[in-house]
Amino acid sequence: MSVLAKSPWVVHFNCNSCNGCDIEFLACLCPTYDVERFGVVHVGNPKHADILVVTGSVNHRNARVLANVYQQMPSPKVVVACGVCTSSGGIFADCYNVLGGVDKFIPVDVFVPGCPPRPEAMIDGIVKAVGILAAKAKGIETPVADKPRITVSPSPKPVDETPAQEPDEVGAVK
Amino acid sequence: MAKRSVIPFGPQHPVLPEPLQLKLVMEDEKVVEAIPAIGYVHRGLERLAQEKDYQQVTYLAERVCGICSFIHSLTFCQGIEELMNVTVPDRAKFLRVMWSEMHRMHSHLLWLGLTADAFGFESLFMQGMRTRETILQLMESTAGARIMLGTCTVGGVRRDIESSAFGEINTALDSVARDLDQMAPTILNDYSVRERLVGVGTITAQQAFETGAVGPVAKACGFARDFRTTGYAAYGQLDFKPVTETAGDCFARTQVRFAELYQSVDLIRQCMAKMPAGPIAVPVKGNPDGEIIARTEQPRGEVIYYIKGNGTKNLERLRIRTPTFANIPALLKMLPGCQLTDVPVIILTIDPCISCTER
Repeated sequence: MSVLAKSPWVVHFNCNSCNGCDIEFLACLCPTYDVERFGVVHVGNPKHADILVVTGSVNHRNARVLANVYQQMPSPKVVVACGVCTSSGGIFADCYNVLGGVDKFIPVDVFVPGCPPRPEAMIDGIVKAVGILAAKAKGIETPVADKPRITVSPSPKPVDETPAQEPDEVGAVK
Repeated sequence: MAKRSVIPFGPQHPVLPEPLQLKLVMEDEKVVEAIPAIGYVHRGLERLAQEKDYQQVTYLAERVCGICSFIHSLTFCQGIEELMNVTVPDRAKFLRVMWSEMHRMHSHLLWLGLTADAFGFESLFMQGMRTRETILQLMESTAGARIMLGTCTVGGVRRDIESSAFGEINTALDSVARDLDQMAPTILNDYSVRERLVGVGTITAQQAFETGAVGPVAKACGFARDFRTTGYAAYGQLDFKPVTETAGDCFARTQVRFAELYQSVDLIRQCMAKMPAGPIAVPVKGNPDGEIIARTEQPRGEVIYYIKGNGTKNLERLRIRTPTFANIPALLKMLPGCQLTDVPVIILTIDPCISCTER
């Protein structure tokens, strides 16, 4: 951690998650775990952030939002993917609206396994990300993260004759 | 008439832990209309439930939502048990109530923190989250996990809480009650908190009834609609009364949830006092056949599971109506007429759970 020249600010994006990872990430920021004492501040604006914490897999609707949030962050930037859904889709891997892991759309630097990961594991992931951030700031090439080895592999999807239903849209009828 | 403009609120917004988009039609600072756009966390869980074994769906149902996960699996299990005529042992019923109430407490404390954060009271947010950790540690010591307990199963529960652990639970509940007492004057009497909540986002009892609001939103309008009063699981053997308020504004919803926290502490204590001895699960054979509607009370209101089995291990259909889905029409009635700065507070007082809503 001696490389830490500045406080890493994180922005959190809930991609397609069930909330489990999100509330555990929130627990990291709050008393008991409290990463804020190390200068890790949760910000709402991607333009202020160094680290993007993503939870959940990607679906048709939020893929564009995820790419937007990622692109708005200034370089150097690091992506921490929390939870098993971010690497493969997890328990939802076979769902029709799940396109796959986050790494299909944006480069991921750290994967944190678990469903949901414990706050300790998430803090571990952020600490790793800080090292990568420092390396990136110096212009050192960093490898893309390996996926966790034990993970759910999506089974081949059965051919479904009926088209996938659009999600309920409240207020669509006006 | 002032010029109208549309402000997109979300899907990525600092106060929202989840992606919900509201297009706010504004006249200067005043909201005229709110148009929701959802689908950012739609996974297609109901379709997946048809491809899995019904025993596996218990764990899938748990992941409908990470906040009230246990109650989701409980609702699903109750539906399947009724369909297959399984009689759950009494001890399992009491254990289910204990974990349900722990989930209700951690959900309400999370909500309390997030609402405090929405009106800019960060120390109250931290206080709420600190108290919540006590509950999470309690769940970890009784079930082995902080969020996804995985303890509910068709026919009972998978883990027992030994009576030797009751002392520890009582100590934790004492500490939670102490923290609540400490927070109560701030939440219920503080001048700045009242300024942000009293009279904001008011909905009349008539509107709440017409939009089909559930849970604390309906209770804050005077409807004693609490599905726990029907006595599912062990609630029939416990003594409690649904909390109601009449004002129908953000403050009334806060009062309801805060009183429910004390109620949950009391319910867990009653469970420990009345805990019967006996087995915690019965073996289940066969497959579900027929259709059923299972309903329970979640922290956010009543959840409805429609389950249709066809005698095979796969379900023919699973349909979930979650409380937030029922509360969104009520939210759309609350927003028009409010100031833009009040929008985050009003959204949070219905305690939205978008993962539930979109599945």
